[in-house]
Amino acid sequence: MDSAVSRSATRVQSSGERSYGLLCVGLVASLVLVLLWSVASGRYQVPFDTVLSIILSHLVAVKVTWTTTESVVVETVRLPRVLTAAVAGAGLSLCGAVLQAIFRNPLVGPQTIGASSGAALGGVTVIYLVGFGPLVQVGAFGGAALALLAVLAFHRSDNLSPILTLVLAGVVVSAFCSALVGLVTYLADPETTLQVIVFWLLGSFASSTWPQFGLIAFCTTLAAIVLIGMRWRVNVLSLGDDEARTLGVNPARDRLILLAAACLAISSQVAVSGTIGWVGLIIPNLARMMAGADNRRLLPVSTVLGAIFLVVADTLARSLTPAEIPVGIITALVGTPIFALLLRRTTKSGAA
Amino acid sequence: MIQIENAGHSYGSGQWLFRGLSATFPAGRIAAILGPNGCGKTTLLRAISGTLRLKEGIIAIDGHVGFVPQALTADQSYSAADMVLLGRSRYLGRFSSPNRKDRERAYACLEEVGLTALAQQRYDRLSGGQRQLVLLARALASDCKVLVLDEPASALDIANQGVVLRLLLRLASSLGLTVLFTTHHPDHAIGIAHTTLLMQRDATHIAGRTEVVLTEGNLAGMYGVPVRRVDVRADEETASAIVPLHGLRGRVPDLAAR
Repeated sequence: MDSAVSRSATRVQSSGERSYGLLCVGLVASLVLVLLWSVASGRYQVPFDTVLSIILSHLVAVKVTWTTTESVVVETVRLPRVLTAAVAGAGLSLCGAVLQAIFRNPLVGPQTIGASSGAALGGVTVIYLVGFGPLVQVGAFGGAALALLAVLAFHRSDNLSPILTLVLAGVVVSAFCSALVGLVTYLADPETTLQVIVFWLLGSFASSTWPQFGLIAFCTTLAAIVLIGMRWRVNVLSLGDDEARTLGVNPARDRLILLAAACLAISSQVAVSGTIGWVGLIIPNLARMMAGADNRRLLPVSTVLGAIFLVVADTLARSLTPAEIPVGIITALVGTPIFALLLRRTTKSGAA
Repeated sequence: MIQIENAGHSYGSGQWLFRGLSATFPAGRIAAILGPNGCGKTTLLRAISGTLRLKEGIIAIDGHVGFVPQALTADQSYSAADMVLLGRSRYLGRFSSPNRKDRERAYACLEEVGLTALAQQRYDRLSGGQRQLVLLARALASDCKVLVLDEPASALDIANQGVVLRLLLRLASSLGLTVLFTTHHPDHAIGIAHTTLLMQRDATHIAGRTEVVLTEGNLAGMYGVPVRRVDVRADEETASAIVPLHGLRGRVPDLAAR
């Protein structure tokens, strides 16, 4: 009987495993294609095969068939930008999925929960006080962490309508942080710090450089190792504190670790490319439709899907019109209708 | 075994829900907790399962508690198999996920409650009875010695009540588990419980062997309604029914007499 149990357990597991494997292969292949497409497209067209040769020339010996302009466009202009967008999208979607599980609410994302505006406030405050430098990333991290803690406190104190309360708490914290950002901007010296602050706040992928990519890649990779590594704990926490405790897990400590990792990724994204909304809210929901609710699968799928989405959005942003559209407009145009649909579905199911 | 010594609790500075409560629930036996609404049954269960700290008293348990909450809400869209697998979490490090052995254990527990056919079904699409059984399997998957259930039968139809109660009986005898459950049905306690704890409105309690505790007098005193115990024999089985004398009576209208 034992072997029968083990056999059926294995069979059930392997059928699900296969479709998940296919999904992963499909997503990673799409990501690679989208990255190449993005590097190739833009106002200055570089043929697909030239892009491939330029990239490959760093790994193997390839006969140089491209112009210097082409290699500059690919290597110094587009590659850092495209890769930064990919990492930013991946980080936001991964954090969004984790936040949705921790707060047990599909309408939560790095922006709706106030973390992004908290990071903006932290960064701006540091620029105002000590000027631009490596401390900005630290300030952004601190701001995001404070915003999340504030929302967490709201979350505890009210359980009448948890889903909407949480969304509203995010709105309140965001509004408060935005007001303070406005105040700091107002106080800043227009001759010196104001320009730096405005430039930093607007932040877009257009100004991406290799060092910036290095910062966001380092922070996001570190965060992803923790978040994806703790994927089963995320499942446990998604049941709520009491359930987690009866299952033998201390929810408070795990939640703090996860939130700290999420803050690291979100703040590095804000530091490099400004506040980008909606990605971290809608992508985890789309990923859930593809991979199911189990965070062991949802987190990796959400990460890759987020990278694909933001690279596509950024490519459209810079190639649809002669002048560049801010990428946040594209993500909001796609994101808001989907959010409305989700809100309708979630409140209808009686959860709110 | 669960040993409760001098337990007492109140919320805030309010009245004591219960105080000076002592009881022993032996291993391999089933125990029931009865009491009117608001007497602190769920509070006591939460204290036993470790999610609430009592104001007074000591609770000693050998090993950890497998807690089965009421399956009222279903906002989880995990599969039934994954829900059971969550019972293995206490054995997993912060950065590890269940392995093959954990999956086999979870599957065996689903088999124990007879739900292997629904392993891949989404939890939130199961019926109330099936959800209750999944949560029971989850507690079993944690390899607990003590199983604590909060009103496991209250949301179920009479057929499913029987399924759950018989399952508890089998688990206590075959696995040697200490089983403790709360219920609003005195006949469920009479049917399967060796020990019963009767919690009363005035924060006092009666604990002991079920036959000794669940007398008509004690039940009437606890609920404030006169009751009669009726033993029913059908074929080989005997069952006890506790009948409250509310003054309500079923009467079939005699249409032919008109």
